[in-house]
Amino acid sequence: MSQAALDALKAKFGDAVRSTLSAHGDESALIDPTRNREILGWLKSEGFDMLVDLSVLDTLGLDAREHGRFEVVYSLRNMTSGRRLRIKAAIDLGVSDENPRIDSVLPLWKGANWFEREAFDMYGVEFVGHGDLRRILMYEEFIGHPMRKDYPKDRRQPLVRRDFT
Amino acid sequence: MAVEFYSTKLQDAVNWARKYSLFQYPFVTACCGMEFMAVWGPKYDIGRFGAEFPRFSPRQADLLIVVGTITERQGPVLRRVWEQMCEPKWVIAFGVCASTGGFYQNYSAMPGCDQVIPVDVYIPGCPPRPEQVLDGLIMLQDKIKAGEGWVQKRERREHDAQRLAKGKLPVIG
Repeated sequence: MSQAALDALKAKFGDAVRSTLSAHGDESALIDPTRNREILGWLKSEGFDMLVDLSVLDTLGLDAREHGRFEVVYSLRNMTSGRRLRIKAAIDLGVSDENPRIDSVLPLWKGANWFEREAFDMYGVEFVGHGDLRRILMYEEFIGHPMRKDYPKDRRQPLVRRDFT
Repeated sequence: MAVEFYSTKLQDAVNWARKYSLFQYPFVTACCGMEFMAVWGPKYDIGRFGAEFPRFSPRQADLLIVVGTITERQGPVLRRVWEQMCEPKWVIAFGVCASTGGFYQNYSAMPGCDQVIPVDVYIPGCPPRPEQVLDGLIMLQDKIKAGEGWVQKRERREHDAQRLAKGKLPVIG
């Protein structure tokens, strides 16, 4: 369906598009995370003008990959033709386990604001240039990022407990 | 004409009156709320037990019904609501989530609202049937009548402690 868009993307950005996948009418592309804003900006001008969703995948233990633990997934939609396109960018933790970083797409879509805050809250992905990157679902006192695969599933961080019986 | 009379302790008479005039504060957070509304409706009619009157201010209520999942983030809010209620007060945990956390075992769900407030009656079920809720309400009424509610017991403990401090024996029963 969006195969033409994938071909145009490859022709325009060359090596920055690392791989593409087209299966069952679903098109996706894995891109260079340092150029995400540039590529998404171009796609927006080419008609994929709606950011439907922004999500993150933690692939720890999912396969034997050495790089690109976190996949930031942008789901785009062309509001004229109704076609959809999925753009992925794989990023890693910093050298001493600092949060993974990627450019914010807030300048392109205002709606990315809460998506990015949620991704930061749950996975600790830092969106550079967001400006107001606070937790959105968990409380300020919460330590860590609960949707990461290495967050212990039974760790509780209570705000208040009974001090009487 | 025969003269009929009853003899009772004042406290027993007061408790009898209390158990039939429960003003409830529904703390509804999740899907259990639907079943809770069914209990309220004409078919099951919680009004038969004198508990049909919702007060949407905790200061006017004496029965807190915790309906649905409580998250860790909501804990301080629930505690505050309970603290705002005037005594005597009672708490019902409605459904497994409010009782134990239910099928949630994760970073955000609190394992039962009794982690932050004392609960008098637990009603299990996901969600509980209206009959179970009415059964739980009757259990609570029995508790109130017997003076076995958590607040009532604490009141009695404090009363006894004061009497002991004055050199008097505690009241039995």
